[in-house]
Amino acid sequence: MPENSHSKRVLEVKRLNVEIPVPTGLLRPVQDVSLHVDRGETLCVVGESGCGKSLTSLAIMDLLPTKAKRACDEMRLSGDTVFDIGERAMSDIRGDRMSMIFQEPMTSLNPAYTIGNQLVEALQRHRNVSKAQARDRAIYLLEKVGITAAASRLGQYPHQLSGGLRQRVMIAMALMCGPDLIIADEPTTALDVTIQAQILHLLSDLQREFQMGMILITHDLGVVARIADRVAVMYAGQVVETGTAEQIFNAPQHPYTRGLLDCIPIPGKTKRGARLGAIPGIVPSLVGHMSGCHFASRCPQAHEGCETGDIELLPTAQPGHVCRCLLTQTPGTPVHETEGAAS
Amino acid sequence: MSDVVLEARDVTRTFMISGGFMKPKRPLHAVNGIDLRIRQGEVLALVGESGCGKTTLAKMLLGLLPPTSGSLQLDGKPIETMDRLRVAQTVQPIFQDPYSSLNPRKSIGSIITLPLKVQGDKDPGTWRKRADEIMELVGLPRRVYNNYPSQLSGGQRQRVAIARALINRPRIVICDEPTSALDVSVQSQILNLLQDLREELGLTYLVISHNLAVVEHMATRVAVMYLGRIVEEEDAGTLFDTPKHPYSKALLESVLTPDPSLGVPDTHLGAAYPNPLDMPSGCRFHPRCIKAMPHCSTTAPRKIPFGDGHVECHLYDENEGKGKLAS
Repeated sequence: MPENSHSKRVLEVKRLNVEIPVPTGLLRPVQDVSLHVDRGETLCVVGESGCGKSLTSLAIMDLLPTKAKRACDEMRLSGDTVFDIGERAMSDIRGDRMSMIFQEPMTSLNPAYTIGNQLVEALQRHRNVSKAQARDRAIYLLEKVGITAAASRLGQYPHQLSGGLRQRVMIAMALMCGPDLIIADEPTTALDVTIQAQILHLLSDLQREFQMGMILITHDLGVVARIADRVAVMYAGQVVETGTAEQIFNAPQHPYTRGLLDCIPIPGKTKRGARLGAIPGIVPSLVGHMSGCHFASRCPQAHEGCETGDIELLPTAQPGHVCRCLLTQTPGTPVHETEGAAS
Repeated sequence: MSDVVLEARDVTRTFMISGGFMKPKRPLHAVNGIDLRIRQGEVLALVGESGCGKTTLAKMLLGLLPPTSGSLQLDGKPIETMDRLRVAQTVQPIFQDPYSSLNPRKSIGSIITLPLKVQGDKDPGTWRKRADEIMELVGLPRRVYNNYPSQLSGGQRQRVAIARALINRPRIVICDEPTSALDVSVQSQILNLLQDLREELGLTYLVISHNLAVVEHMATRVAVMYLGRIVEEEDAGTLFDTPKHPYSKALLESVLTPDPSLGVPDTHLGAAYPNPLDMPSGCRFHPRCIKAMPHCSTTAPRKIPFGDGHVECHLYDENEGKGKLAS
């Protein structure tokens, strides 16, 4: 069992790596990713396409494509190891103690079954309850996610619901077993802005009410700023910066984070029609071993030292704020080895 | 007031939708009585939720879809009577997804020069030179001329789409969600490019977007669409500073600026976007409106002119003598 200081910790991942063999070599889309989430906390993982944020979440859920291999030093869910515990044990945990909400609710709901069927199955798979009890739980949760006339909705098929409603059903389904951890992968990307605000509201309310840990994966910095307690910025397979939302948005340390924030027009701040910042160049290939900082080729502040050796995620002057950049590091030991440096 | 280049006059487009097996077809009013003027040199943004008819309107303005009633005018002449090629010389589209809007089996060179071929350009010898010029203008390296779309990144593909749209030097470009398929850092590059091209070539844009931060950044005028009607049209500064229609207000409130001191906004919009097959009576927005009054559900609001724009809402109808606007 976990020691006392860690009893709030829902998820602890240390040095997660994912490798996928491709014709040109070994693709390493996730490299040394360490994350942790506490009870009642929202961690946002933000980055551009191909940075490894979705694969990280799939690796945690053990849902990677069969060709992909994962390795890590440690992966614990509420103190229990959940790495390499076998498919049967894992599928008992998945949907029960940790569950996932995907981006496109239409493709993640089964079109051939009513939503009632799917919700009831989610609970009966893990709990020894009667169908009537499961139905009651489903109605309770559908009401919780803001669906009116919940009992009559149970007989409907996914195609009869709008996008916003489907996503609410997905959220209700993820909550059926009362999970410790919820991973939401771009939960609002397919939705309209007005619906997006409602769904985010709902997620943060539910998370507070049920005291779950939540990992929210997104590319939208607006969403991150509004909902995150802590933020992990990923670039080219690595976490480049982690800190509280205030640290990341008000005092970003890594040149990539700063560049990213300059790229978005901010109503009220950016002058209308003015030129936006841009990050020149393209994301490096992650096939094979890469030495030095992954961002060096696009970084305006890069120097010779950036090209060699492995650059570790190290604490900055701010407590809890860590950054993978030579410019911001204060002397110290790598975060992976120090307990509590990232909390 | 400067010259109107593209205009929609009381345009309606109705689709007949199957009501189910052995049931009669039902009308879907995708665009329902829209007046819109696009003036030379402006950036008009069309915003609204999915299903509000933005793209249908854009297709009609491109001459790709005839209206059910009303007329569309290009430089004062009705589009329906004009030759398709003539319209294409003046108005060009840029689509949302550069992954599906480029033919994967054609080289970049032939994609960019296709409009010249279609327009029957007299001088094929100059095509390569003109392609090189336009590629330089949109920031594409010359070496990609013989490459295929699959070899390019998302941002480069969108540059190809822009080059293809601009090679015949149109005056009006209709951008349907030009950056929503792109990453943040690439989005800013494309937005900068669109702004530069506008100044350099004197282009007029119609930008369709659901990203209000992008709209606020680019647009000079904004039209807010809801269920087939324009509920508010205003110059961008006025609309973003003092939105009038409750729907415009709710839309602006739902924009998530990256400010960690603010929480997730509560837009007070009911969950459901109405089914366009089953339109609400009176003001179409009344089921979701927090300021709805009893007569909103029975009487459709008039179009009330306001400075340079207009708004369709009972709150602002002085003749009704109630709920006169405060600010």
